[in-house]
Amino acid sequence: MTRPTPETLAHSVRRARSSAETTGDNDHTRAAAAAAPAVRPAQVSGAGSLVRSLEALGVDVVFGIPGGAILPAYDPLYDSTVRHILVRHEQGAGHAATGYAQATGRVGVCIATSGPGATNLVTPIADAYMDSVPLVAITGQVARPAIGTDAFQEADIQGITLPITKHNFLVQDASEIPRILAEAFHLASTGRPGPVLVDIPKDVLQAETTFAWPPTLDLPGYRPTMHPHGKQIREAARLMTTARRPVLYVGGGVLKAGATEGLRRLAELTGIPVVTTLMALGAFPDSHRQHLGMPGMHGTVAAVYGLQKADLIVALGARFDDRVTGKLDSFAPDATVVHADIDPAEIGKNRHADVPIVGDARYVIDELLAAVTAERAAGRVAELGDWWTQLDDLRARYPLGYEEPSDGTLSPQYVIKRLGEIAGPDAIYVAGVGQHQMWASQFISYEKPQTWLNSGGLGTMGYAVPAAMGAKVGRPDTVVWGIDGDGCFQMTNQELATCALEGIPVKIAVINNGNLGMVRQWQTLFYGERYSNTDLGTHKHRIPDFVKLAEALGCVGLRCETAEDVDKTIEAAMSINDAPVVIDFVVGKDAMVWPMVAAGTSNDEIMFARGVRPTFDEDDI
Amino acid sequence: MTMHTLSVLVENKPGVLARVSGLFSRRGFNIDSLAVGETENPDVSRITIVVNADSSPLEQVTKQLNKLVNVLKIVELDPSTSVARELLLVKVRADRNARGQVLETVSLFRARVVDVAADTLTIEATGTPDKLDALLRDLESFGIKEMVQSGQVAIGRGPRAITAGPALRAA
Repeated sequence: MTRPTPETLAHSVRRARSSAETTGDNDHTRAAAAAAPAVRPAQVSGAGSLVRSLEALGVDVVFGIPGGAILPAYDPLYDSTVRHILVRHEQGAGHAATGYAQATGRVGVCIATSGPGATNLVTPIADAYMDSVPLVAITGQVARPAIGTDAFQEADIQGITLPITKHNFLVQDASEIPRILAEAFHLASTGRPGPVLVDIPKDVLQAETTFAWPPTLDLPGYRPTMHPHGKQIREAARLMTTARRPVLYVGGGVLKAGATEGLRRLAELTGIPVVTTLMALGAFPDSHRQHLGMPGMHGTVAAVYGLQKADLIVALGARFDDRVTGKLDSFAPDATVVHADIDPAEIGKNRHADVPIVGDARYVIDELLAAVTAERAAGRVAELGDWWTQLDDLRARYPLGYEEPSDGTLSPQYVIKRLGEIAGPDAIYVAGVGQHQMWASQFISYEKPQTWLNSGGLGTMGYAVPAAMGAKVGRPDTVVWGIDGDGCFQMTNQELATCALEGIPVKIAVINNGNLGMVRQWQTLFYGERYSNTDLGTHKHRIPDFVKLAEALGCVGLRCETAEDVDKTIEAAMSINDAPVVIDFVVGKDAMVWPMVAAGTSNDEIMFARGVRPTFDEDDI
Repeated sequence: MTMHTLSVLVENKPGVLARVSGLFSRRGFNIDSLAVGETENPDVSRITIVVNADSSPLEQVTKQLNKLVNVLKIVELDPSTSVARELLLVKVRADRNARGQVLETVSLFRARVVDVAADTLTIEATGTPDKLDALLRDLESFGIKEMVQSGQVAIGRGPRAITAGPALRAA
């Protein structure tokens, strides 16, 4: 076997760098380029070893808050080339590191102290785990002799994060620090990416040790499969050139592998329709003729039915999540499934795979391109005319849309649509969780990778503000719009103070409907309009006043309540580049997200709008 | 559902057992028996897990186990091509009158007496779970005061060794 070595580590750093280059953002290759020059052994403290390891790994920024147990690390950090951004809550540090990683493709780093500092990282770590984000969390721990004594600010963060990390470490000796940090970055960024936690006791940070670089990685049990099996690829290619109703079902793995260009070529070569999941928006241009939209609970009718009626589903870096499949046993009953993923445990987990392919999406797609080209050269070309006729008919009859509110209130969908049109496809959009997230996924056109960030798997309300902050730090020359709900915004807006003080001019559109909108929508539809605990009072009482709150946090606060003011308010925000901006868009509370497949029901039961079921000519499909 | 015996080779490091056993409970599996010990390589431990599961969920849990960074190798041992043993220590009531009969049972099952007291005998036995169950049924009539059983350990028959995999040369 090939044991991970400094060479493979350096390779992973190069890979991270090249993926940053694909964003066209060359400023940010600087940090990675500095990675891994050999360093002669030097006497330092454990804390010094930690900071020098971060420097050697090419880390340019970390997000964190100091505290008792991690305090030794903050002393060498004071003189380091690594920029430390002092956040206001550790959850903000975690989501900021995630936003940074999602926007750049590089590893995001957050730091917290022991006990409550570490437990405050639990939500962002779980979030990064569900969405396969390369994140390294460094936590202080009480001194080794105090571990297990219920010492002040002691929490078993290694035990707590066992089920929500790709791997975690408790450092037992200062001499291990460079190796464990290098292993943590290697694990976080290779294979299926994910969060890795490194817990370091205070006395280990204080101990004298020798720092040398590069270390030798010792991960004998870690061998991600990058290259797919040729036989499976040929079988997949055969199916792709003979199916009558095929669909490419594209997930976040394609973005993480940097395989979007190959995906476009594969789609265009085969003519197969494409659906991109919530985690994959931007992997295939929304404007492309072959793009059917997003599948799933709030997907387009064409994407949901495309999968449902397919005779072949080619899943690339996707995991047949319940929000995509609906009721699993009625999902795509006629489809043969080709399932390609870098994580073998995803294959066959929810849906049986007829052709399982384990490998990195970039290699899978490249090899599929070659194999399909060979099939076509042998005269096998799929005839997809009838299929496209059916899908085009669905697209024409059931396009994404919304109705203007009858009570004259501002339409949230209109606000989001205009925001996407004015800020354009080069901006990064970062959503919270709820109705505004779904509208942002539907009514903004994503044309490029790494322009759409959201909390998909965990569904973490409060993700948007800190993740937008992290994205802006990673790509300072790009416009970053947070699109948040008034409920989400009240969970993490304290990080706007960080943005104001650290010079991170994010723009936040609060889609303020006064309610926990998605929960209210379910209460409307499934709980007889009994609105238990969903009215936040942000409309009725204007508490908080988001404009005043924004100003108090050092931001520019704007408010917009009418459709006529939408464009000029967005343009006003776009013209401010020296401070964070918050716009309070006061919108109607009754708007709903459509289409919708109700939780636990079959995708066949998709509703185009309230009380409107799409009609399908079953003979056609 | 059927019983499956998994041999899991892991790095001999603190906390690895918690990672393995935690994964079973988290994914909704009940472990029937579990035994851990060092192998011929002191850097490697071997965990033998007996689990009652259908084959498709078992495949899923095996894949999840393989994702654990400290797990080096997993082999499912087929009962027909492997040897599986448990260890039993049992303290049986045996006064002067009963002692002879208890000793007869002990020799019948090729077990051993490891401790003698005035009114009790402590018996050690190894074997398959079936054999140990049969021994216990016999001893029950005398009165079992205390017993303890190990988890099952198992090894494949024939010349091949599962520890000879490439992963372990590196460990």
